[in-house]
Amino acid sequence: MQLYLPIAEVSVNAFLLLGLGGIVGFLSGMFGVGGGFLITPLLFFIGVPPAVAVATGANQVVASSVSGVLAQMRRKAVDFRMGTVLLVGGMAGSSVGIAVFQWMTRLGQVDLFVQLSYVLFLGLIGAMMLQESLRAWFRSQQGGPVRRSHVHTWVHGLPLKMKFRASGLYISVLPPLGVGALVGFLAAIMGVGGGFVMVPAMIYLLGMPTKVVVGTSLFQIIFVTAFTTLMHAVTSQTVDILLALLLITGGVIGAQIGTTIGVRLKAEQLRILLALLVLAVAIKIALDLLIRPTELYSVMPGVLP
Amino acid sequence: MRWLALALALLPPVLLPLPAMAVESIVAGLSQNRVSITADFDGSEILVYGAVKRNAPAPEGPIEVIITVEGPSTPVTIRKKDRRAGIWINTEAVEVDAAPSFYAVATTGPLRQVLSETEDLRHRITLPRVIRAVGAATEDGGPDDFIDAMQRIRQAESRYMVLQGAVEFTEQTLFRSDIVLPANLTEGEYRVRIFLTREGRVVDAQDRVVGVRKEGLERLLFNLSREQPLIYGLLSLVMAAGAGWAASAGFAVLRR
Repeated sequence: MQLYLPIAEVSVNAFLLLGLGGIVGFLSGMFGVGGGFLITPLLFFIGVPPAVAVATGANQVVASSVSGVLAQMRRKAVDFRMGTVLLVGGMAGSSVGIAVFQWMTRLGQVDLFVQLSYVLFLGLIGAMMLQESLRAWFRSQQGGPVRRSHVHTWVHGLPLKMKFRASGLYISVLPPLGVGALVGFLAAIMGVGGGFVMVPAMIYLLGMPTKVVVGTSLFQIIFVTAFTTLMHAVTSQTVDILLALLLITGGVIGAQIGTTIGVRLKAEQLRILLALLVLAVAIKIALDLLIRPTELYSVMPGVLP
Repeated sequence: MRWLALALALLPPVLLPLPAMAVESIVAGLSQNRVSITADFDGSEILVYGAVKRNAPAPEGPIEVIITVEGPSTPVTIRKKDRRAGIWINTEAVEVDAAPSFYAVATTGPLRQVLSETEDLRHRITLPRVIRAVGAATEDGGPDDFIDAMQRIRQAESRYMVLQGAVEFTEQTLFRSDIVLPANLTEGEYRVRIFLTREGRVVDAQDRVVGVRKEGLERLLFNLSREQPLIYGLLSLVMAAGAGWAASAGFAVLRR
């Protein structure tokens, strides 16, 4: 069934969009990543203009995150206090990030900058996670002693301590604020919600238990992407509500299924799968940069900013 | 008045740029003069038909018909990738002020035969002429390559079409051609031109306009996004949050 999208001005297959939304929602519910880094390239691929794809992708992530958070809330696996602290840091980071993004746009190399930071961060995070989670998995297979979930370091000597009950942490608010700011900064530059950076940062930098990480990350992503959607709708008018509706319908259902399956998996398995996904995206982008494209030219409606 | 008509008739043909008094002229019609883009819009077709009207016996040689359909023009940026330090990145860009979002040219025969270079220059009929005419490309770095690339890419997307021999011509009098409009159509006025040529020279030309407009739900949403962007944005968010909640609640019920 073909459907004409009013803002994107293309005609697409409605079932294809439902399916795409479903796959991304599934991953989102399972890993707590927003899925923006998957949905945007997929939409480019089926012919949606990039600006519309970015803005509408953000809108879709709002829906799948709400759905995912509600599912996690029933399991009491959302640390609202931690989420709020991360969000505050994230807002500060993203305003700096937007400024840097505009500066890079003026220099004219924003594409390269975005792609390189994608490869760098995704590759780094993916490799680190994969190595760590594989080791943890082997250890649990051998039945060796279980490592403590986090070790006391200088981080725990910082002032302004706060109790994060759902995460079972009593730490200073400064590290979460810093992590939030870093993720917000990267998210603004790379145009994604930042879940794939946030999730590993919460596990490894803050020492949060994996089971609360997914819900808390999604909670934080709701606000970041809602803000992004609104900004795009007002400034560039590129949110396609009909496209969003189809993606969302598939996405929320996928997110519920993803959450159900995610709960059944072991924490290490979940981390191995997420690491593989992140690495796959990094490799794909790296190949795009390294292999000679078949068409050297590209045509974009509109004038360069 | 009769003297004037006689005087005009006696003038050499060079001084008569208007073909109104020509021996042969076009009588043409379109199957529709508006196209509505609704939610289930999946492309459309315009039938261009007509006849050659003759005031006198036709001169020697075959007569040919060229039909062009041109969509609204938009600015376009064409970028080129190059290898720098081992990676492929966008290096150069050429901006075209106005390139048609759609262009189709249908003819009765090969374009080179039915249209001379000078007439093409004057009436801007073939694809390269149309793009070069509207888009003042920059001088540096061979913009010709960029324009060629745009033509190639847009032809692959069926946005630009060269349909040689796609005009049916019966008895050198009746002609018809179906022009297929793709599904990814841009709103606006589509200009349809019909040319009559003999030995590469344009004998008569006619202009028609087809209005392409979004209708119904498409119109409503598009207008809302432009006129009330904040409300539109909030509506998108409410829809997203509502759908997220509904799915969660629905699955909670299912699990019980």
